[in-house]
Amino acid sequence: MKKTSEKIIEVLLASSGFITILTTIGIIWVLISESWGFFAEIPLSDFLFDTQWTPLFTEKHYGILPLLTGTFLTTIIALVTALPFGIIIAVYLSEYADKKFRATVKPMLEILAAVPTVVYGFFALTVVTPFLQTFIPGLSTFNALSAGIVMGIMIIPVISSLSEDALYAVPKSLREASYGMGATKFQTAFSVVVPAASSGILVAIILGIARAVGETMVVAIAAGQQPNLTLDAREGVETITAYIVQVSLGDVQHDSMEYKTIFAAGITLFIFTFLLNNVSYWIKKKYQERYE
Amino acid sequence: MTDAGNGQYLCIKFFKATYMKPIFQVFLMAIAITIVMSSCGSKDSSGENKNGETKLQGDIKIDGSSTVYPITEAVAEEFRVDQPGVNVTVGVSGTGGGFKKFGRGEIDINDASRPIKSQEDSICKANNINFLELKVAFDGLAVVVNKQNTWITGITVEQLKKIWEPAAQGKIKTWNQINPAWPKEEFHLYGAGIASGTYDYFTEAVVGKSGSSRGDYTASEDDNVLVQGVSGDKNALGFFGLAYYEENKDALKLVSVDNGKGAILPSVETIKNGTYAPLSRPVFIYVTQGASKREEVKSFINFYLENAASLVPDVGYIPLTTEEYQAQLTKFQEFTGTK
Repeated sequence: MKKTSEKIIEVLLASSGFITILTTIGIIWVLISESWGFFAEIPLSDFLFDTQWTPLFTEKHYGILPLLTGTFLTTIIALVTALPFGIIIAVYLSEYADKKFRATVKPMLEILAAVPTVVYGFFALTVVTPFLQTFIPGLSTFNALSAGIVMGIMIIPVISSLSEDALYAVPKSLREASYGMGATKFQTAFSVVVPAASSGILVAIILGIARAVGETMVVAIAAGQQPNLTLDAREGVETITAYIVQVSLGDVQHDSMEYKTIFAAGITLFIFTFLLNNVSYWIKKKYQERYE
Repeated sequence: MTDAGNGQYLCIKFFKATYMKPIFQVFLMAIAITIVMSSCGSKDSSGENKNGETKLQGDIKIDGSSTVYPITEAVAEEFRVDQPGVNVTVGVSGTGGGFKKFGRGEIDINDASRPIKSQEDSICKANNINFLELKVAFDGLAVVVNKQNTWITGITVEQLKKIWEPAAQGKIKTWNQINPAWPKEEFHLYGAGIASGTYDYFTEAVVGKSGSSRGDYTASEDDNVLVQGVSGDKNALGFFGLAYYEENKDALKLVSVDNGKGAILPSVETIKNGTYAPLSRPVFIYVTQGASKREEVKSFINFYLENAASLVPDVGYIPLTTEEYQAQLTKFQEFTGTK
């Protein structure tokens, strides 16, 4: 027999949980219903295979490929920057560093994560690009490289923090067995502990990717505003997120074709991040048991 | 954990490590008390400012063209010295973006680098918004290239059309396609975005039809973005208001435009006497009748027209003649019924 006050609190808490579910459903509903109108007019093959994205101008092309390569290029550069640093920092903090060092460095890493992304974007445009221009020929003001590098710096805390938690969770017995076999600290760290924590590290990487894919401000400021189908990182590109910002800040009519392109781009982005989050959840669930 | 969730988690850990410490909270309290006390103490509650005019209070919302923005912002800055109680905010959504808000009654004044279109006019009428158009200055559109561009000094309107017309999209990509003497390298275009009045004006003057342009260029309603782009890219070609070129002279190279009567560089003289054609144009502000009934808006517009002759050249634009400003002032006074 529950008291009424207990029941009321239970209902309130349940409804709070419910609100998050409802919000997600609401977002999915809006995305699907608005892009329905888009896909009714533009055939899916055009959307997926056309090499130009110019829905706002006279000659309209609706190929998502330039925006996809923009997102893809900046994300890959971000990963290449963040992955080595993130994992090395994680290994050092978990295997080598003493308690005092950990206590100082960990909060500082978290500061990197707390810097507003618009500041990162500005930093990329005004500091990183001129610096890179001194030794890379043909680097334009808006380019994928600076934006990618700065995004990498931004996701280092994500990768290092989660990887470190994964490394920490590896049982001590594995390390001790390795030392018992005569391995050095380095060999233990990279040949035993890191492979043992690989599922957690993989999850950290995937979340880092998801963060980079959804990043808007850094790329809108530093990577450019022209959809460009290229793999050359020195050129300006536009990502899906930057396009959505560009159109939303402008002057398109509600319910026009240009308006619907926002939702088509949005649903593509949503599908990607949704898939990434689900893959990471599945990996965590499936592989975590093996090493516990 | 989702990426946003993880960011929050890290922020919360940081927050707890620093902001939750008691000494920090005492510090914050001390700052808060100081702020509250100082804001209570220093309000000047006398009824007149130093010029002897009555002190006004209120908000004025301005939005619209990034071309007209420097003029309006310069006027607003001077106005704030005179009337610190009036809060003037100036946005940069582009002429078209500004007219959207104007038509819904969300802003009081719209900066416009082109006259209002008939569709925008109908929307205003449908929402019962009467407005007044006031000419405030002349502007020239500068065609610019990167400082390292050694091959171009002048361009004809025909060549500009060949570069910017819709048919050029995806096909006209290299300098030598325009002029065989130029190198066989890809050019990168920078220009106004579709919400920009500059875009409407440029396409009408160069391509022949307003809004008709190729789509594969870096489009932005913010001219500063275009300045950044052109100054950092050797193969860049862009267009924006002359004032933005004047501000960034050392990073950009000006190109003369030939419309059949000879190559003309934009300058105060050539725009004023009309020889820099077709890329010179008047720029406007539009004010709603509802807004102009408010004392602070009346005061602002009067201030604008009275001081434009001196402020406009300061920011790199071409002022109208004193008689023309007087005529605009009279027009405004008749509009508000104070003549």
